[in-house]
Amino acid sequence: MQHAREPRGPRRSRSESSAGRGLLIAFATVVAFLLLWQSFLFLRDAPLPQYLRALLAVIWGVGGVILLFSLFANLVEQFPQVWRRRLVPLVFVGPAVLVVCGYLAVPALRTLVSSFYDANGQNFVGLANYAYAFTSREMLISFRNNFLFWLVFGTGFSVIFGLIVAVMADRTHPLFEKIVKAIIFMPMAISMVGASVIWKFVFEYRPPGAQQVGLLNAVLTAFGGSPKPWLLQQPWNNLFLVAIFIWLQTGFAMVVFSAAIKAVPEELLEAARIDGANELQVFFHITLPNIKGTVVTVSTTIILGALKIFDIVQSMTGGNYGTQVIANVQYTQMFRQFNYGRAAAVAIVLFVVVLPIMIYNLRDFSKRTEAF
Amino acid sequence: MSVSTLTSPRQRAGHHRRVKPGLVLVYAVLIFLAVVWITPTLGLLVSSFRPAEDVAATGWWTAVAHPGEAEFTLRNYRAVLGMPEPGENPRFKNINLQTGVINSLAVAVPATAIPIFIAAVAAYGFAWIKFPGRRWLFVFIVGLMSVPLQVSLIPVLQDYMKIGLNGTYLGVWLAHAGFGLPLAVYLLYNYISSLPRDIFESAFIDGATHFTIFTRLILPLSTPALASFATFQFLWTWNDLLVALVFLSADAGNQVLTQKLLGMMGAFGQDWHMLTAGAFVSMIIPLIVFFLLQRYFVRGLTAGSVKQ
Repeated sequence: MQHAREPRGPRRSRSESSAGRGLLIAFATVVAFLLLWQSFLFLRDAPLPQYLRALLAVIWGVGGVILLFSLFANLVEQFPQVWRRRLVPLVFVGPAVLVVCGYLAVPALRTLVSSFYDANGQNFVGLANYAYAFTSREMLISFRNNFLFWLVFGTGFSVIFGLIVAVMADRTHPLFEKIVKAIIFMPMAISMVGASVIWKFVFEYRPPGAQQVGLLNAVLTAFGGSPKPWLLQQPWNNLFLVAIFIWLQTGFAMVVFSAAIKAVPEELLEAARIDGANELQVFFHITLPNIKGTVVTVSTTIILGALKIFDIVQSMTGGNYGTQVIANVQYTQMFRQFNYGRAAAVAIVLFVVVLPIMIYNLRDFSKRTEAF
Repeated sequence: MSVSTLTSPRQRAGHHRRVKPGLVLVYAVLIFLAVVWITPTLGLLVSSFRPAEDVAATGWWTAVAHPGEAEFTLRNYRAVLGMPEPGENPRFKNINLQTGVINSLAVAVPATAIPIFIAAVAAYGFAWIKFPGRRWLFVFIVGLMSVPLQVSLIPVLQDYMKIGLNGTYLGVWLAHAGFGLPLAVYLLYNYISSLPRDIFESAFIDGATHFTIFTRLILPLSTPALASFATFQFLWTWNDLLVALVFLSADAGNQVLTQKLLGMMGAFGQDWHMLTAGAFVSMIIPLIVFFLLQRYFVRGLTAGSVKQ
């Protein structure tokens, strides 16, 4: 604040003091970096009580990012106008570009390269890993499961149930609508592992004659059937895993559809009804065409989830009994077989499978200029 | 949006009072679906409060049908949280989900805050700072949404092992930040770029720096968008299994709840009283967040999909 009173004119003193301040901030930045790194090592290795370590880590992580950004942003402000104009965008956009390069762009390229190398990445093996990815029994089962069971049944039923609930709930009492939607939507908050526990309990099997504690077999035996080990019956066991996915995804579809349906002009529906259309006709001729874009968006989003499915399979069957999926093969090759080459090839296959749908979804995305 | 204010749900419901028989069917179908949807969770919740012998001997519905005769206990919760009652089966001694809860919080909170901050800064840069190549860079970041995170796992893991980030919170935060950034940048850009220009025009004229405008004006004004993405990302990171398995699996003391639950499924596959209690412990925080912030979460989900 001292310089403001100097008689030498504001311009000169400002640039002088800004050089000084710049140095100071540059120094502070370096110190901050060193401090953050040292405290990282301390937090990682010190034998602190777990609560304390977690708390300190959270403060360190969130605070560190904000601190570094503040320092950098103030540092570039000290530069002369020309440099400032060049550096300011770098400070704002740079971190994001760096992070996505380091975690997505560059790793993807490296995975592509290592998919042509052997298990340890030592020797070039040409297309051998891709031969595995397209011809091995494991992967052929995965393709069948991902495309037939997960994509077709998983997406199909999630979208249909979502539509049914969204359309029907729209006609009911507001409070009833709210409760039903909350119930259908709730699974979205539950992890796929948690959902797997919930449903494994439903599918629980005890030999005939024993008391069934799993809901599905209890219902079956109550109606005189004999209990079945659902998760072992190939290939239909896949449908029981897909049921968990549908249970989780229907809420997502419903919420998005519901918002779209409420935006369909009531006059259109009313006009159709006056013309003598019944509710089904109104749905297929007015509502559905009006929300077509939303149906496509929701479907592609759920398809992406279905193709990348991992958690449910890993926790329900581990990919055994004919329930293997692409993402689980990749995980198994990486952490059970330690075959990085094959794991990389499988990951690239997953990428290629997902890409067309993602491009479609993204183009759809960019058409919607206004979010929120 | 203006359309939905014209026809409020109440008006609509009243409107259809004429089609009575159809409406009965509508209610019946919805009640049926709602019952199907909630029953599995209900079974989990009831079983988690029943004694081990009862859970093994009879279905949870017997406790619901005859609540008077049923016995309920907190014993299972005490056991999974590492505070077993005396006489608890020693097999269950090492389940300590308390550390899982702490780890899940320590992973999910910064893994939500860090990418949001980085994305908000970048979104501001893309929306309000003119520089060459910004359109191209923006498309580059958003386009990376198409890369499934599976593609990145091995190289990132190899790097982590080299520099000692493997098994650390920092490693998982940054991984979640990397995988979540494209979507975050896209959503926040849409919001921040639509803020009216004249709000900060005068701030610029007063000589405010980008940093000041960002922290004083943009961040407070973007609260709804930030909250939407925060809810979304928090639930995602809390419920994530794969990223945690890859980057945290080395040490049991570092595992998050989803990993611990997966471990329990393998080790105690038949001990449903433990599994149900454990699953509920892992669900309680996301459920609270979900119901408290549902409004924001829904807004994030439906972002733009209404407007075609």
